[in-house]
Amino acid sequence: MDTTSTVERVSATGIISDTIRTNFLNADYGIKSWLLTKDHKRIAILYLISITVFFMIGGAFAAMIRMELITPEADVFTSEAYNKVFTTHGIMMVFFFLIPSIPATLGNFLVPVMVGARDLAFPRINLLSWYIYVIGGLFTLTALVLGGVDTGWTFYTPYSSTYSNGYVMLTGIGIFITGFSSILTGLNFIVTVHKMRAPGLGWFRLPLFVWANYAASLIMVLGTPVVAIGIVMIALERGLGLGIFDPRLGGDPVLFQHIFWFYSHPAVYIMILPGMGVVSEIMACFSRRHIFGYKFIAFSSLGIAIIGFLVWGHHMFVSGQSSYAGIVFSLFTFIVAVPSAIKVFNWTATMHKGRIVYSTPMMYALGFIGLFLVGGLTGLFCASLGVDIHIHDTYFIVAHFHYVMVGGSVMAYLGGIHFWWPKMTGRMYPEGWGRFSALLVFVGFNLTFFPQFIAGYLGMPRRYHVYPPEFQIYNVLSSGGALVLGIGFTIPLIYLFWSLKYGEKAGPNPWRAAGLEWETTSPPPTFNFDYQPVVDHEPYNYSEIDARSSATVSTHSVQEEQHV
Amino acid sequence: MSDAAHNSLVAHQFDDARQQQEAATVGMWTFLITEIMFFGGLILAYMIYRNQFAESFHAASRVLDVWVGCFNTCVLLVSSLTMALGVRAAQMGDRKKLVLFIIVTMIFGAAFLGVKAYEYSEKFEHHLVPGPTFHFHGVPGHEHAPNAEIFFSLYFAMTGVHALHMIVGLGLMTWLLRKSIKGAFNKDYYNPVEICGLYWHFVDIVWIFLYPLLYLIDRS
Repeated sequence: MDTTSTVERVSATGIISDTIRTNFLNADYGIKSWLLTKDHKRIAILYLISITVFFMIGGAFAAMIRMELITPEADVFTSEAYNKVFTTHGIMMVFFFLIPSIPATLGNFLVPVMVGARDLAFPRINLLSWYIYVIGGLFTLTALVLGGVDTGWTFYTPYSSTYSNGYVMLTGIGIFITGFSSILTGLNFIVTVHKMRAPGLGWFRLPLFVWANYAASLIMVLGTPVVAIGIVMIALERGLGLGIFDPRLGGDPVLFQHIFWFYSHPAVYIMILPGMGVVSEIMACFSRRHIFGYKFIAFSSLGIAIIGFLVWGHHMFVSGQSSYAGIVFSLFTFIVAVPSAIKVFNWTATMHKGRIVYSTPMMYALGFIGLFLVGGLTGLFCASLGVDIHIHDTYFIVAHFHYVMVGGSVMAYLGGIHFWWPKMTGRMYPEGWGRFSALLVFVGFNLTFFPQFIAGYLGMPRRYHVYPPEFQIYNVLSSGGALVLGIGFTIPLIYLFWSLKYGEKAGPNPWRAAGLEWETTSPPPTFNFDYQPVVDHEPYNYSEIDARSSATVSTHSVQEEQHV
Repeated sequence: MSDAAHNSLVAHQFDDARQQQEAATVGMWTFLITEIMFFGGLILAYMIYRNQFAESFHAASRVLDVWVGCFNTCVLLVSSLTMALGVRAAQMGDRKKLVLFIIVTMIFGAAFLGVKAYEYSEKFEHHLVPGPTFHFHGVPGHEHAPNAEIFFSLYFAMTGVHALHMIVGLGLMTWLLRKSIKGAFNKDYYNPVEICGLYWHFVDIVWIFLYPLLYLIDRS
């Protein structure tokens, strides 16, 4: 294939440009060329668009929750409607945004490029995974339109299997189907990382983003089938009258909780691990240093993936599981904090004596570290058997997991989108607006969720829309923060769109970053490289890159002016 | 890019046939691990309830016809043998034998499903399907089983999910059959046969676990 030839034509944006290289975006035109594409980069874009839609739906439901909670009385929703609202928020955000967020978009785009391959191992399966995701999403949206579901995103039995009047079956089918898209993505990553690395690219030369996605893939592959069979069992019970969790027959509703959390706790690591991978890349690039403790970060990803499978019972300290089981789960939960802490220490050490550049991605990454730290440390409160009884099912828990999922995963996701935006689109986003909205997100986030720690500690239960008046001040703060957060999320949506047409041309490596993805053009050609990449150096060789470029100071400082 | 090494049987993302074959094999094994976890959820539920309601499970298991189950086990084992012979034929590039063995495998697979359908219909007649009409009589000497309905819930869930996998397997076999009649496979390219074979053997092995778990409890 001749990707080096340049073609002259009117570009998609309508501007007549001199010579445009063939890349994955202009290689082919028309809706069909997108819907039938097998190019991992195009599939990543398809995912990017669809998860953004689901994020906006989930966000709209979050807005409804915050609106209702401004006053202690029920203003907008009945109890049942409120149940449906927070259930929808949870399902949309967890299953249709957070889990696919980084792996299916950035991972899909970058993993093959970072390992120097032309595509993922199974491109058709990759496309299939997107269709499965969309079909699952449509099922769930159909359930939503018909009247929604009110079980909470956790589908606890026997409420979900017997009593709920919502569209549990339809939603369950949607989530079951979507689970397979996650399994297929994970499978594709595992095979690609094992079998398709470029010559010279040993395991310890892989970018940490690849390690992180590999670890997350292990969880997707091992965990998702378990929640899938759990949903099947609920469906059999609800639809066909089998009675696996039915207490009337001697069945145990808590068994469902075990099966559910066996996946759904590790699922939290599916959300956070790729985010940690993003932060590792950004941290090294904008500190201009080799990442500190490469192997520790790489193995701590695997450590989190493995130990993460042994902690699920900490969701069930008050569900009537054996107190001995509680002790073991509590211990493992403390242990799983260790590899997370290793990462945080290594990132901090990477910044030490680095030349830190406060670019937009770096601001998101720094925000990630701060918020993840709060989320992680409060996780230890929740892991303590005694403390958990006090804070279980309160807003303390809500604040804790939002600090990890939003403060962690979403911050990293946005950081990653900004960091690789020039690679994905060939255009720079406006840096000033980027920094402004990163700051806005950070402030808005803390304003939204920090008061919830206090309200929760003082005893405000989650999942209620009517609450004692003394909690109102925290809820007003929180709702105000949500507004700021919403604006902070909207600004990037606008300027990223804007940049597609008006953004400055990026060039292959605007950040002077290390890694194979920066050696190819922006956007990359369909098969990623015009040559077979060979890796002959260690990853994160920033001192070499900077030494090399200081030889050509003049061009450099100009670049720095422009982009940093 | 190494275009010289690329022939039509090697997809564009792979360097050569060897890499392609290895990737496909690793992919299939990874998929089978997900399948183990999938059935694992059911087997977990089974283990817990069998431990909790041992008496009911013993009594309920005796209602199942051990010889019908045994027959089906043999049918599946033979189908695995013919599948293995089919893979061998593909490796040797023997198209006729490959087609023959795939057809025989499909016949055995269909026979298994037929017997399973017969067993299900019997359960319906004897009110052993969980739900409002469920009524457990048991066999002489083993009538007391207060939690038999849970056993049969698991019986239908486990064998049902297994049967679904058999149906998917038959679909794969149909696809293989079409391709092998067209002569798509030869000594250098038989990977799909091998991969589908792995799947078929896996589904077979699941049954090897289900048979004793459901039919052979306390048969002394």
